[in-house]
Amino acid sequence: MKITADIVKEHGLTAEEYDRIVSSLGREPNMLELGIFSVMWSEHCSYKSSRMHLKNFPTKGKYVLQGPGENAGIVDIGGDLAVAFKMESHNHPSFIEPYQGAATGVGGILRDIFTMGARPIALLNSLRFGSFENSRTKYLVEGVVAGIAGYGNCIGVPTVGGEVYFNDSYNGNCLVNVMTAGLVKKDKIFKGKAAGIGNPVIYVGSKTGRDGIHGATMASDVFGEGGEERRPTVQVGDPFAEKLLLEACLELFKTDYVVGIQDMGAAGLTSSSVEMASRGNTGIELNIDAVPRREEGMTAYEIMLSESQERMLMVVRKGTEEDVKKIFRKWDLEAEVIGRVIEGNTIRFVEGGKVTGEIPVTFLTDDAPVYNRPIKRPEWQDELNSLDMESIAEPEDFNEALLKILASGNIASKEWIYRQYDHMVRTDSVVCPGSDAAVVRIKGTDKALGLTVDCNSRYCYLDPFIGGEIAVAEAARNLVASGAKPIALTDCLNFGNPERPEVMWQLKEAIDGIKEACIALGVPVIGGNVSLYNETSGISIHPTPTIGMVGIIDDIIHHTTQWFKGEGDLIAVIGASEGGLGGSEYLKVIHGLEKGFPPQMDLEEERNVQDACLKAIKAGIIVSAHDISDGGLAVALAEACLNPKGIKGAEVQLEPCCRVDEDLFGEAQSRIIVTVKEKDLDALNSICEQNGAGLKLIGKVKGDTLKIGRFINLSAAKIKEVWGSSLEKFLNS
Amino acid sequence: MKFGIIVFPGSNCDHDCYHVVKHVFNQEAEYVWHKETELKGFDCVILPGGFSYGDYLRTGAIARFSPVMNEIVGFAKKGGLVLGICNGFQILTEAGLLPGVLMRNKNLKFICKNVDLKVENNSSPFTGAYSKGQVVSIPIAHADGNYFADSDTIKKLEDTNRIAFRYSTPEGAITDEVNPNGSLSNIAGLLNEGGNVLGMMPHPERSCETELGITDGRGVFESVLKAFIK
Repeated sequence: MKITADIVKEHGLTAEEYDRIVSSLGREPNMLELGIFSVMWSEHCSYKSSRMHLKNFPTKGKYVLQGPGENAGIVDIGGDLAVAFKMESHNHPSFIEPYQGAATGVGGILRDIFTMGARPIALLNSLRFGSFENSRTKYLVEGVVAGIAGYGNCIGVPTVGGEVYFNDSYNGNCLVNVMTAGLVKKDKIFKGKAAGIGNPVIYVGSKTGRDGIHGATMASDVFGEGGEERRPTVQVGDPFAEKLLLEACLELFKTDYVVGIQDMGAAGLTSSSVEMASRGNTGIELNIDAVPRREEGMTAYEIMLSESQERMLMVVRKGTEEDVKKIFRKWDLEAEVIGRVIEGNTIRFVEGGKVTGEIPVTFLTDDAPVYNRPIKRPEWQDELNSLDMESIAEPEDFNEALLKILASGNIASKEWIYRQYDHMVRTDSVVCPGSDAAVVRIKGTDKALGLTVDCNSRYCYLDPFIGGEIAVAEAARNLVASGAKPIALTDCLNFGNPERPEVMWQLKEAIDGIKEACIALGVPVIGGNVSLYNETSGISIHPTPTIGMVGIIDDIIHHTTQWFKGEGDLIAVIGASEGGLGGSEYLKVIHGLEKGFPPQMDLEEERNVQDACLKAIKAGIIVSAHDISDGGLAVALAEACLNPKGIKGAEVQLEPCCRVDEDLFGEAQSRIIVTVKEKDLDALNSICEQNGAGLKLIGKVKGDTLKIGRFINLSAAKIKEVWGSSLEKFLNS
Repeated sequence: MKFGIIVFPGSNCDHDCYHVVKHVFNQEAEYVWHKETELKGFDCVILPGGFSYGDYLRTGAIARFSPVMNEIVGFAKKGGLVLGICNGFQILTEAGLLPGVLMRNKNLKFICKNVDLKVENNSSPFTGAYSKGQVVSIPIAHADGNYFADSDTIKKLEDTNRIAFRYSTPEGAITDEVNPNGSLSNIAGLLNEGGNVLGMMPHPERSCETELGITDGRGVFESVLKAFIK
């Protein structure tokens, strides 16, 4: 078949990119080879628009055993144990087919973790949907949540935390970011490397079908009208098959048969074989005829580009083939030898004994295009940042305003969602969904992990640099408030169309902000992914660099939750920053504005506040700790009242010098609400002083009503009713 | 005491049951692969929760054909202690060791939360450590926990005191509001005629350790140990 300009275009390649392929190969590619190039050079696989900016991230640190470049990053948590974790997006498929899109997102990230030899112990997710007013929102929420539940519950990995936001900018592109953490012995880490000339390449798991062909290319394009019609490019998940694959692989990892292993994710057999050869600096010869397939008459092109789920590729030591097959057979899985490691850094396809395609690996990886795309600060940015507070009247009734904010989809209880996730299986969930961060214990040790995902994309829209900084700072603050020391992060950079200079500006600024915060807080980036082209009919999503962060609690007795506990406990705020109405939930919900500058971020102050809080928790004097974020002080206090083991009230002093709404709802950063026993106040004071963090005593836990100055007076029961039922009402409406 | 924990393809609470038996109650525990055709030396067999065979068909409908099920039926007939939790309960009903069937929850969704249960029968080997009428908090996590049986069967279960647990208010009232899944008669757990087989939807193994915040599930395992010593 002659490759025409149209065919090149259908493959998502530009004319220049095609010329590059021809000059690399020194000839025209055939269709199989063109298909391989198109997926390997897709934005999704090649990071061609973001790569030059991503290299600025700090990726090393004393805990880091494996940084970016493998299936997942790995951190040392002491003793002989390590934690592998990674977050990935499954945005485009979830918008087209929410149940399967989200389910296979979970399946994919789980495979990334257990392919490293780790047993998955926790799932988290960050979800973004359009506004409540958008007709598709409900359908997407229900489908995505059911898909995550359907996959995670079945495979038996608890979904322990997450975040959910609603905003108009996601009306045409929902975001589904899923994160998995897994536990692995340090000396039993496996990597995706093809080594040892002559070693067999083994395929295991589900058979290959025609599903998901060109999924990676679809994920690298914008949607127009009728994007929903792309359903055939979405894969279908089988969590039961993955459960068998998981257990069989973990059993196999106890042997010494495996040389390298990699899951078949985006771009399936193509990317897994190319990446394994690339890391091993070897070649792979694939016998296409041996690939197990679901249907008759599949071409090599279809087989190589299929994104059928629940498949793994591995290289094992020559001579162990039968032993490997035996382990998989126990789990009713078929393992097939489909190729071998060869000399020379090349990927070769054989059909019917004849070579039908061959591409040097470096052409696909190192020689993939890297774009320094034009960057331009949007012209509308000044207008966005202008905010004349003088013209914004304060509410007459602050109680009513608080209730309205508590009922907003972004603040309201997410119980309707996490109720559908098994968040307790594996019996390690010490702090379940609903507090600042999830806490998962490590059996056989005194340790626990804190896990969280975070991003305020409204901040990123108003100022992507500050928004990026805050995403990192707030994730770390969530962990600290739970008693965990942040040790590393993974990110999902969700942005619009990179061919727009304004979007590239957002991406670059956000990356720079994340970088600054990582350096200041000592938390490196150990992996992640980039999802671009989140644009429909010309409208881009708010820039959304989601941060997934893991922290360590050395002694589980020091884990902390956000809820008030003891009558008479003193309430104090660590941190002294003020203001923060720009970009606030209050401005959006009460005044319908997404404007101004996001709250300022002083990273040194942030570090001081976090250090002071963590030290106080470790000193055993903190009864509860809750990060002040969306909705400000009033919302944080209201949330702290809603202890699942029995609601509490609080009496808080407030003497505003200027605007009351700013004191109540301002989202000034670097603040944590803590409660202590009266006798421990001095100790807390001195810890804060030593660490250069401000401390302000603001009230005490009292009764069953939340009173803030003369402005707020609401029973905790009322708060619970409004906050607790809002999302459910919307979804059941 | 020695516990056998059956592992079906798709079981996912097998590790949790093993952990509780072995490390919380310091008893012997061993996994039993579903293809085993011998079941020897066990004092109690646990069918753990999970999604055997993916639950793509009716829950438990395929697992009951696993080779080990013949042995379990024989073991139960001889009076051996069999505890089916969640998917294990579903498998026991499919295997005919317990009557009735577990249908899709009335809201058609998976539900994971702590629920209150009233102990209706404290004379069985699985409930002897509780007091009659005691209300305990134990988590559920299932999509198919809606117990159904014909009215004769329900009456017989009630008349012969075979309902072990019912979903209740914290005060012990049996109401529709606290019935999470639509189960007839708020049934959360039931016994066979001999009292040596218990099936329950709630997960006692998830509520045995103070670190996890709830410990009321301990009673089930304490009861079994107590019954064994007798």
